[in-house]
Amino acid sequence: MSHGFLSPTGVEIAFVLVGVVTLGSAIVSVTTRRLVHAALWLVVALGGLAVEYLLLTAEFIAWVQVLIYIGSVVVLLLFGLMLTRAPIGRSPDADSGNRGVALGVAVAAAAALVWVVVDAFRTTWIELDGASAGTTKATGESLFQHWVLPFEALSVLLLAALVGAIVLSRKRAAEGDER
Amino acid sequence: MHLAYPAVLSALLFCTGVYGVLARRNAILVLMSVELMLNAVNLNLVAFDAWLSRAARSALPHDTLHSGQALTLFTIAIAAAEIGIGLAIVLAVYRNRGTADIDRLRDTTERGRTDGDGGDGGSDGSGAGAGSAGPGGTATGEKAEATA
Amino acid sequence: MTDALDVTLRLLAVLVAFLVLPLVVGQTEHKVMAHMQGRLGPMYAGGFHGWAQLVADGVKFVQKEDVVPAGADRRVFQLAPAVALLPYLLVLLVIPLGPGDAVGQAVDAGIFFALAVMGVGVLGSLMAGWASANKFSLLGGLRTAAQLLSYELPMLLAAASVAMAAGTVSLTGIADAFEWWWLPWQIVGAIVFFVAGLAELQRPPFDMPVADSEIIFGAYTEYTGLRFAFFLLAEYAGIVVLCGLTTVLFLGGWQGPFGGDGLGWFWTLLKTAVLAFVVIWLRVTYPRLREDQLQKLSWTFLVPLALAQIALTGVVKVVIP
Repeated sequence: MSHGFLSPTGVEIAFVLVGVVTLGSAIVSVTTRRLVHAALWLVVALGGLAVEYLLLTAEFIAWVQVLIYIGSVVVLLLFGLMLTRAPIGRSPDADSGNRGVALGVAVAAAAALVWVVVDAFRTTWIELDGASAGTTKATGESLFQHWVLPFEALSVLLLAALVGAIVLSRKRAAEGDER
Repeated sequence: MHLAYPAVLSALLFCTGVYGVLARRNAILVLMSVELMLNAVNLNLVAFDAWLSRAARSALPHDTLHSGQALTLFTIAIAAAEIGIGLAIVLAVYRNRGTADIDRLRDTTERGRTDGDGGDGGSDGSGAGAGSAGPGGTATGEKAEATA
Repeated sequence: MTDALDVTLRLLAVLVAFLVLPLVVGQTEHKVMAHMQGRLGPMYAGGFHGWAQLVADGVKFVQKEDVVPAGADRRVFQLAPAVALLPYLLVLLVIPLGPGDAVGQAVDAGIFFALAVMGVGVLGSLMAGWASANKFSLLGGLRTAAQLLSYELPMLLAAASVAMAAGTVSLTGIADAFEWWWLPWQIVGAIVFFVAGLAELQRPPFDMPVADSEIIFGAYTEYTGLRFAFFLLAEYAGIVVLCGLTTVLFLGGWQGPFGGDGLGWFWTLLKTAVLAFVVIWLRVTYPRLREDQLQKLSWTFLVPLALAQIALTGVVKVVIP
């Protein structure tokens, strides 16, 4: 098969198109002043990333992305926004005063990273044919044969997070702190 | 697929997240930008796993660890845990201070509060206003109606 | 060329099923509820025992004015019904009707894909509740989201149990691997899955966030006309999807006492219909659960049961190879 940079394959074209959508919605998400719209554009960005994972034949991770990020994380973010009185329409205090500095830092970091990455991987291609290594079966086998200890440590971490969140959100009813 | 495509997209998404973390004032928007950064990292991990697990097929057999995919799954789980705790903290702060604006969370500094809520702010020598003393003094000034 | 034609025909067939089956369930609900309550139900639309009642309802909804409240967020308000409805169409694509390739699109990640996509439907209700610029809608939307998030977990765990038993997450694979003695083995998981699915659909007795005597209509209060109809269609499509998933996962899908492989589709549809009847029956039988009782049921009753079911499945799988 040809490995030309100027003759992209179908998968590459699809990847670039979805990537443009993902990047665009991510940029809108961090710049819009409507708080709930920011969360919804984040949903589009995360969905675009799930499609990218499918294009890279990592199916299990794509569905985990949809299930956990879009189905739970964004719902929690929306909960947080609604419980902290997010207004309909633009919110005046969405952006802080150091937007210019932030833009400069981000652009500089982007330039540096993109240059380094393109320079380092100029002649590297991913072979996407052959048996997919991203099926549930393959991922499950690899996870439970080689990654058991980190898996168990992760479950302890999730338990700690769960307990912590519950403790943090209890209302202190019996403390006399209403001076 | 040329490896540069996912790597460049990942770098650009990461920098978008960096802009969001630095430029946003609402705590939840900052959390959202952190999620963007974590997702950029995940994309990188998945792309490199796709490259290495196939490139290594002809070479080293022990590179079938699929470390990129395993680490991506762990990152997703950790991000979910972090969002849970982060939102619990933001909601607790909102309940106490009445605002989710991170630029105004300056209670541990020695100067008095900028909105003139004098009270205990300056006279508390140790400045340990983050404990139970702080909310008591600022409760009159800024306490919003309790959310459900 | 025939490959593309095949895919198009399958998509069309699933779309037709998506539009027809919920209406059948809705009409059945009218009649069954009525007869269980000692009355007759719709009798006039269409002449013979009111069979065209839902068609008439559809026409009524289509010709209504599309009202968006003045203070509402227009784009999010208008987008919410689509976000609530599309996930069910996507899930219907992967539910197998019979052995082999009698399925819209055979997805390798089967049940995992189905539950992940169903989780996205929560966003539709949340968007609707917030964008309506109505306090009751917001409260209803928050309650809906909390309920749907809580009940996703028992559903996932029960489905994981049966996937463990079958050794695959593909829906076709699970229905293929079904044996008759799975029914008592997975019965706890089946009940947990079904009850959790009912709560996901906000069907009585889990309809606290959308009950009109509680909160007008919750997140969907401000909706009229076609968008309102889409939300109702989402509920009935959800019933079809839930019954279809329970059939394929826990009741053996297309396996039946006679007819072999050719009549597989009939058994699937029959089992789905029986489960839909049970869903309607539950509506007219039990009073609704209060919000805190609802959450308690999920976290302190269904989740431990589902975990026990997974433990039982694991033990049996290891002991009896």
